[in-house]
Amino acid sequence: MARMPVQFRLNGSDRAVFVEPAETLLGTIRRGLGDFAPKFGCGQGTCGVCTVLVDGEPRLGCLTLSVTCEGRSIETASGLADGPTLHPLQAAFMEHFAAQCGFCTPGMLMAAKALLDRNPDPTRVEVVEAIAGNVCRCTGYEPIINAILAAAQQRGARRA
Amino acid sequence: MLEFRKDLFADERDDNLHVIGKGEQRQDMLGHVTGRTRFFDDHGFDGLLHLKVVRSPHHHARIRSIDVSAAERAPGVKRVIRAQDVPVNRNTLLSLIGFGKDDEPTLAVDKVRYKGEPIVAVIADSEPEAMAAAKLVRVSYDPLPTVFDVQEALKPGAVVVNETYPGNYFEYHDKYDHQKLRFGDVEAAFRTADHVIEERYQMSPIEHASTETNGTIAAPETNDRYVVHSCAQGLFFSLGTTAKILALESNRLHFIGGTVGGGFGGKVDSLTEPLAVLGAILTGRPVRYVLGREEEMQFGSPRGAERHVIKDGVMRDGRIVARQITSYFDAGAYTRLTSYGVVKCVAHMPGPYTIPNVRGDAYCVFTNRVPATAMRGFGVTGVDFSIEVQMDKLAHLVGIDPMEFRILNAYRDGDMKAHRRVAHNTALIECVQVAAQKSNWALSETARRASSLSGGGGPRAAIPPTVTDESGRIGRPETRQAPPQLTPGAAAPLPAYQAPPAVPVHQPPHQPVPPLPNYPSQPAGAAPLPPVPTPPVPAPPAPPQHGAARFSSVFTRRR
Repeated sequence: MARMPVQFRLNGSDRAVFVEPAETLLGTIRRGLGDFAPKFGCGQGTCGVCTVLVDGEPRLGCLTLSVTCEGRSIETASGLADGPTLHPLQAAFMEHFAAQCGFCTPGMLMAAKALLDRNPDPTRVEVVEAIAGNVCRCTGYEPIINAILAAAQQRGARRA
Repeated sequence: MLEFRKDLFADERDDNLHVIGKGEQRQDMLGHVTGRTRFFDDHGFDGLLHLKVVRSPHHHARIRSIDVSAAERAPGVKRVIRAQDVPVNRNTLLSLIGFGKDDEPTLAVDKVRYKGEPIVAVIADSEPEAMAAAKLVRVSYDPLPTVFDVQEALKPGAVVVNETYPGNYFEYHDKYDHQKLRFGDVEAAFRTADHVIEERYQMSPIEHASTETNGTIAAPETNDRYVVHSCAQGLFFSLGTTAKILALESNRLHFIGGTVGGGFGGKVDSLTEPLAVLGAILTGRPVRYVLGREEEMQFGSPRGAERHVIKDGVMRDGRIVARQITSYFDAGAYTRLTSYGVVKCVAHMPGPYTIPNVRGDAYCVFTNRVPATAMRGFGVTGVDFSIEVQMDKLAHLVGIDPMEFRILNAYRDGDMKAHRRVAHNTALIECVQVAAQKSNWALSETARRASSLSGGGGPRAAIPPTVTDESGRIGRPETRQAPPQLTPGAAAPLPAYQAPPAVPVHQPPHQPVPPLPNYPSQPAGAAPLPPVPTPPVPAPPAPPQHGAARFSSVFTRRR
């Protein structure tokens, strides 16, 4: 089948790419555009390591067709830092040992960012719910939850 | 949060700690949080090809014919790899250290031995094209009878799974059907024990389920080498395995890795490296071979199933006087690392306890299941779980608090272990004490005052007379057909120890005990005691002295 043109914004840059009709957003971002931050884990939408933000909402890259992203704004973990300045979530993940093998981290960060962007002061339960779709086999989740809460606190302190 | 017990092992440590107890940022953390860490699949290559494997739908079947003609003509297909294309199509992982016979093909030759076994590899321009072409490979099979139960597999006349090992068991030193541990005489001790109980424990296989699946990208370099981006946990282990299977000098392989997206033991088998490199050799292009999640779950090696049968003899006062463990490890269809797990299992028998009569038998068994491999303490966790559940049952049986029951039977510095090594740096008693304290578990005064540093050695350092056969061995090389017999005259008679003093239940072990005069004078770290070719003459019984002699009565009939 003929390849189709798609244009979207990836981490603030306009990108245009030809995709197969059945190509996933994850495949386009990784192999098509060379941003390897989102990972492939299951291809079935169960592990969350492919989580990216589409217009600010967390989406599973492995189940999202690229052709549905025309004109959208996509964010991945590669675009989180502001130059050399880490996003508060990244700094908190480092501080709280919230990554071990690091494979779930890019997806986990994006799920957390979506949460804090719409709810700057989440409860612990809300944090747990926000990352419930992201599997981590190393940390046992506690350090990740603590890091997200700490990032929220730090952002709140900066606003105050 | 971190708490130091500086009283333990104080003589082996200086307290000038530069790193321990201080926070230290990991060198790879910045890469993880910025998404810049490069895992094996995070490498772009122009002209990247994709490899997919045709797998057996049968647990056990003879391959009648393989027809790849339709697959070869399918859109995008660059190459089909068959068994005859693999230079050394038979390997066992631990052959690199000379342990075991080559028993596993990279691609199945005339038989498949488990569901999911690779038969043919298809390389195409895209992943969907490779998957579509793989479906066009026609394999016809004659299904064979199967065996899935370890004890069924060991029975005479059972279906032969893996012809390299026709008895369905891994052959240690090319002749022994299992690993064996003998210490004392469990049968005699069972006869004198107040209670004898036997329980069976069964562990299921466990999938590691790391978030990154197994995979490899291999590509020709311009210097007659191949660069290999690998998920392997043991990069040089995988390099050696790949070099052997492909009959290449290892310096032609440039492995890059060490950044593993979760391993837990599931990435030591070189499941994908050899075929990816072979694909790069045959096509001259970069080849990517990544397991999908379904392949990872169904065909990536799991922690194997285990079965442990534990029979214990225990006295009314709580002393375990005999422990017999028979363990069966389900290797699946091929050895991989299970043979080694069995060795580790036997090394952990009979648990961290001083038991004067121990008998252990552990088998590495082949069945028509997915081959098992390493996983987080494999060989050890299953038997230790079984032993600890058994300890709770024994404590309940004799009516002793389970924590105190462990302290009572714990090994102590100076004790002889069943492997004929003197125990040192033991700390089980202290671990139980801390666990009790942290969980507000009331311990008796004597249990609180017990110490691994005292009460060991002495009679507990003796190697008991051990049952052997007429050739001085602890058993026949082949025990599958008949259990080892206690040969008349070969077994040392039980020493006629004098009756121990009547002791109140659970009291003696926790009396403060001075070091015994006959404590072995072996320095810490000394070589293990040499094996004893013939049963040693039983040492004269030490006079019961104060609590430390509590095990001197183990050869004594108490009923």
